[in-house]
Amino acid sequence: MAIEPRKPPSQLLPKLQRALGGSAGWSGFVIQLVFVAALAWIAYEIVANARANLQAQRITAGFGFMVNTAGFDVSQNLIAYSGSDNYIRVFLVGLLNTLLVSVIGIFFATVIGFLVALGRLSPNWLLSRIAGGYVELIRNLPLLFQILFWYLAVLAALPNPRQSISVLDTFFLSNRGLVIPKPIGEPGFEPFVIALLIAIVAAIALWRYSRRLLFQSGKVIKVWPYALGLVIVLPLLATQIFGAPVKFEIPALKGFNFSGGSRVIPEFVALTLALSTYTASFIAEIVRAGILSVHKGQMEAGSSLGLQRGSVLRLIVIPQALRVILPPLTNQYLNLTKNSTLAVAIGYPDLVSVFAGTTLSQTGQAIEIIGITMGVYLVISLVTSAIMSFYGWRIGRSMG
Amino acid sequence: MKRVSLVLTLAVAAGLSVQAASAQTLKTVKDRGMLSCGVSQGLPGFSSPDDKGNWTGLDVDICRAIAAAVFNDPSKIKFVPLSAKDRFTALQSGEIDVLSRNTTWTLSRDTSLGANFTGVTYYDGQGFMVKKALKVNSALELNSASVCVQQGTTTEQNLADYFKGNNMKYEVIAFGTNDEAVKAYESGRCDVFTTDVSGLYADRLKLANPADHVVLPEVISKEPLGPMVRHGDDQWFDIVKWTLYAMITAEELGITQKNADEMAKSDKPEMKRVFGTDGNLGEQLGLTKDWVSRIVKAVGNYGESFERNVGAGSKLGIARGINALWSKGGIQYAPPIR
Repeated sequence: MAIEPRKPPSQLLPKLQRALGGSAGWSGFVIQLVFVAALAWIAYEIVANARANLQAQRITAGFGFMVNTAGFDVSQNLIAYSGSDNYIRVFLVGLLNTLLVSVIGIFFATVIGFLVALGRLSPNWLLSRIAGGYVELIRNLPLLFQILFWYLAVLAALPNPRQSISVLDTFFLSNRGLVIPKPIGEPGFEPFVIALLIAIVAAIALWRYSRRLLFQSGKVIKVWPYALGLVIVLPLLATQIFGAPVKFEIPALKGFNFSGGSRVIPEFVALTLALSTYTASFIAEIVRAGILSVHKGQMEAGSSLGLQRGSVLRLIVIPQALRVILPPLTNQYLNLTKNSTLAVAIGYPDLVSVFAGTTLSQTGQAIEIIGITMGVYLVISLVTSAIMSFYGWRIGRSMG
Repeated sequence: MKRVSLVLTLAVAAGLSVQAASAQTLKTVKDRGMLSCGVSQGLPGFSSPDDKGNWTGLDVDICRAIAAAVFNDPSKIKFVPLSAKDRFTALQSGEIDVLSRNTTWTLSRDTSLGANFTGVTYYDGQGFMVKKALKVNSALELNSASVCVQQGTTTEQNLADYFKGNNMKYEVIAFGTNDEAVKAYESGRCDVFTTDVSGLYADRLKLANPADHVVLPEVISKEPLGPMVRHGDDQWFDIVKWTLYAMITAEELGITQKNADEMAKSDKPEMKRVFGTDGNLGEQLGLTKDWVSRIVKAVGNYGESFERNVGAGSKLGIARGINALWSKGGIQYAPPIR
């Protein structure tokens, strides 16, 4: 007689129960539901209350103010801007200034941070002590203080424009910033750029070919002289045929300031210097920790293969260290971006200064403007960490 | 500063300003036992703390007068120093009861900020200060100059209008606080410092060598400065408005801090109305009958306050000019107390 196998009891309900309520079952689910409802109610109350108060005081609400004329000027604008533009334009000008100082700050902070970390790990006694001293000094002083130091103690001590320090009468350094010749496009500009691009693409192709040759047959060929030749000769040829790509507008002292040329304002320099040196001191420690986390045996194995110290670091240690370095490094990048809001102390026109500062004060739209500003910083931070995650994922993949 | 405005914004959003909406400022002030008064972060003559931490100035006297009228005690005040860009948020959120902080009366501020100006305590205008060594005699010679300014003020817009209107180029560097702007001007970052003329005289005193700096003759704007209160509380609006008018009326009638008690005995009908010995005008405001005498005994009449804080009796030494009474060639004028 065949024994009918009993059907297993349906797992659906208990599974659902566990998924929704955790180990407490249905009662846990009810508690969670109440909690979420309470949160939603609080959020609703906040919004409704703010609306009612705004209406009671007849404060204008909404984003209509963004198209009104700003009527004030900004000292550094990467896109064309004048006082007769609207607040949307002001927002963009401030945003670009924030992004500029963040991107350049991150670049220099990373370079300085890596160099200091390698210096600190170096067997050279003096170098490692200097690097160690740098880290301990810079990371232990408040950032605002460092910004003010660069701005008020260093840059303000430069001479006035009439007595500015000049190099060949084309570069001028004064307390109004650094004035340099401004390149202006000529008819030869486009052919020059195209020639340069072709040269770069050709150089990359050449390099890839040499790599394949190396892996397939073990033959080593030197490609960099050819690549360099390409990159120099092709654009030069274009210049010979089509004429000079740019001409330079030389700055000249006129009245109170220099006219013509491009200018890097001292507020930007002070902020970038302070942000990048400060963040670099943290990055240096992160990189050092990352490198030390790679087992000593890896280094020795590399050396025993006959690789030089630089190659061991570049090919073996740093790729493994990056897995440890990346997450805290991302934090430092986010910190730098957020710290750039200290710009307001020295009059650098970043987003907080021109938008959450002047625009807020002139329109009185506190909730809208603070909301937009917080949103922008959130987006910048999320994008930065997404890029870093992607980079980390690629490294993880390439190492198998 | 960013943090302050953020907190204030959240306070607005979270509806902590319940008393603002329910429009009972006088009751709130009395219950608290103290007037919360928004002032500047230090502008000599208008609102600045002395070495003992006592606030003095023309704007401060308005708050002291209100406290005197409400509590009969001009010291029952909490002063809240505010930067230009945080001042309106502080008023909107209910952190302060009155903003008395050299603030220019403009249409947009009167309408869209949810607040009202109650009167003009000082008729000012925007001017320029430069170093004497530059040998500039007129603002029209300032083409291509760098200008330091405090951000979040009408000053920034006037500046843009003036240079554009005269086809001149300039570079503006805007700082969060007035002190930072003055410091940058003094360090040579800018050729010019601009703010209201009264402020220029006040800030010049803070410089290392005041005599090396000169205020240019051009006045490029109208800057009527006055106190502000929140929308939606007409009683409080009236109290702040008539406090200033009481000070001006006292000057018109020759009532001073010293002779107030003497004058109160007068049997002229006008004096009787003002001192509350006849009628109950003070009570109609929600104050007491002797409100004017409380105010004048605390801070003096408008002229006394002016002379003591910004006029001949002060370091600023500003002439009365258009701030004189209407009967003496100025434009200060109070509606009748009757």
